[in-house]
Amino acid sequence: MKVLVAVKRVVDYNVKVRVKADNSGVDLANVKMSMNPFCEIAVEEAVRLKEKGVASEIVVVSIGPTAAQEQLRTALALGADRAILVESSEELNSLAVAKLLKAVVDKEQPQLVILGKQAIDSDNNQTGQMLAALSGYAQGTFASKVEVAGDKVNVTREIDGGLQTVALNLPAIVTTDLRLNEPRYASLPNIMKAKKKPLETVTPDALGVSTASTVKTLKVEAPAARSAGVKVKSVAELVEKLKNEAKVI
Amino acid sequence: MAILVIAEHNNVVLGTATLNTVAAARAIGGDIHVLVAGAGCGAVGEAAAKIEGVSKVLVADDAAYAHQLPENVAPLVAEQAKSYSHVLAPATTNGKNYLPRVAALLDVDQISEIIAVESPDTFKRPIYAGNAIATVQSSAPIKVITVRTTGFDAVNATGGSAAVEAIGGAGDAGKSAFVGEELATSDRPELTAAKIVVSGGRGMQNGENFKYLYSLADKLGAAVGASRAAVDAGFVPNDMQVGQTGKIVAPQLYIAVGISGAIQHLAGMKDSKVIVAINKDEEAPIFQVADYGLVGDLFEVVPELERLI
Repeated sequence: MKVLVAVKRVVDYNVKVRVKADNSGVDLANVKMSMNPFCEIAVEEAVRLKEKGVASEIVVVSIGPTAAQEQLRTALALGADRAILVESSEELNSLAVAKLLKAVVDKEQPQLVILGKQAIDSDNNQTGQMLAALSGYAQGTFASKVEVAGDKVNVTREIDGGLQTVALNLPAIVTTDLRLNEPRYASLPNIMKAKKKPLETVTPDALGVSTASTVKTLKVEAPAARSAGVKVKSVAELVEKLKNEAKVI
Repeated sequence: MAILVIAEHNNVVLGTATLNTVAAARAIGGDIHVLVAGAGCGAVGEAAAKIEGVSKVLVADDAAYAHQLPENVAPLVAEQAKSYSHVLAPATTNGKNYLPRVAALLDVDQISEIIAVESPDTFKRPIYAGNAIATVQSSAPIKVITVRTTGFDAVNATGGSAAVEAIGGAGDAGKSAFVGEELATSDRPELTAAKIVVSGGRGMQNGENFKYLYSLADKLGAAVGASRAAVDAGFVPNDMQVGQTGKIVAPQLYIAVGISGAIQHLAGMKDSKVIVAINKDEEAPIFQVADYGLVGDLFEVVPELERLI
């Protein structure tokens, strides 16, 4: 079966982001950009499904600027077969991204779509669920285990208080949580091979999708800083402070 | 203007996250209705009717809603949402699962995990794991919003006397089925609702050593959490994880034991009222956010703390 994986180019998770002085956003000039960590897990899961003989083809798609080709090449080096870039220099909201992905799903007809549960920049946690709604497919969000069985996929999900397993009719949408797998690194020969794999570029207009949004960001600020308190010398002093000063026990 | 709040529950008990979400609805202002979608959930409907500030409770009681499957719940919520200006759900794993599906069915953007209400159309929400706070304005005809519960003090669970109305929905969409669940059973309070949280990190060395924290927590009536490092090392299960990729907590007292204080962990606990850090490394970043820091060997400090409290 065909598996579609969506990936996002985001600020690298090791970068300490800074808010711009004019409060218009976060300063992304000259910072390292990478594939969103949850998306790496999504690519890895698709590659494992192919290694098990469950997936026959992996198509990776990204919606973003021209530079997102880097992340698509990374996915190709990790084992995806071909890539599609829906090129847009605008910052798109999740609903617009879901609509663009829906257009790609309509064209590609995958049996399974795997996405990260959220991007570490906007922290929205929406796109997979929205794509599922627009496609009319079932969704297995926050997955820690994915097992394809016949015309269904069993997804074990990380929920508050434990784990839940659901059986979804295929085609279905899965979003990844951290413990689903540990992504591999791309080998040098595979990075070289990835350069020859097909990468197609399309525009939102060509897909016939409007990316208009009903939400605008008015300003972005740094969070209130928390200052360091005092170091206590003994457990007795700590207990005394908690009881009499902070009054929390 | 009327606001629909979707209740968090397990068909038996109303989840406290509902109370924080009603608080956010009150900050927006307007008539507040609560929707309880479940199976055999009559008691939850009655509990919701007692919440301070709620004027009406809608109960959709159907086997299809028993496990909050989004394929079944989202069409129900989307249908009801058409009579409201705002739809709010707590940012629990349930709310985060079905609400974006509702927003897409309504063809509106969702605003995720708000922590403050500026006006009925303007909200604050953390981005970049809480390293920046965005103020966003929505022009959507129906504003679909998840609420980070730690951003709003819970309203009283009692004092209200709302009317309860039974409603029907489309039932089972036939796309998905519940297979099973494994829930951690514990007598300790739930992490996100506890007044005191004791968390362990990589410094605990192994899962067995968490017994020191369980023992201290039981004396304090606290919940036990963990850093991602402790979860990744296999010491404890993921549902104990506090941080950007785990649970967000804001208790009265947070005791971080053997936790270095990675940004990803701080994102999950820095809104706690009082933070205590116990770590043998005096340079650990956790001390930069702690109200009280104690440099020492946790295997000596924690048992002594338990004895002296």
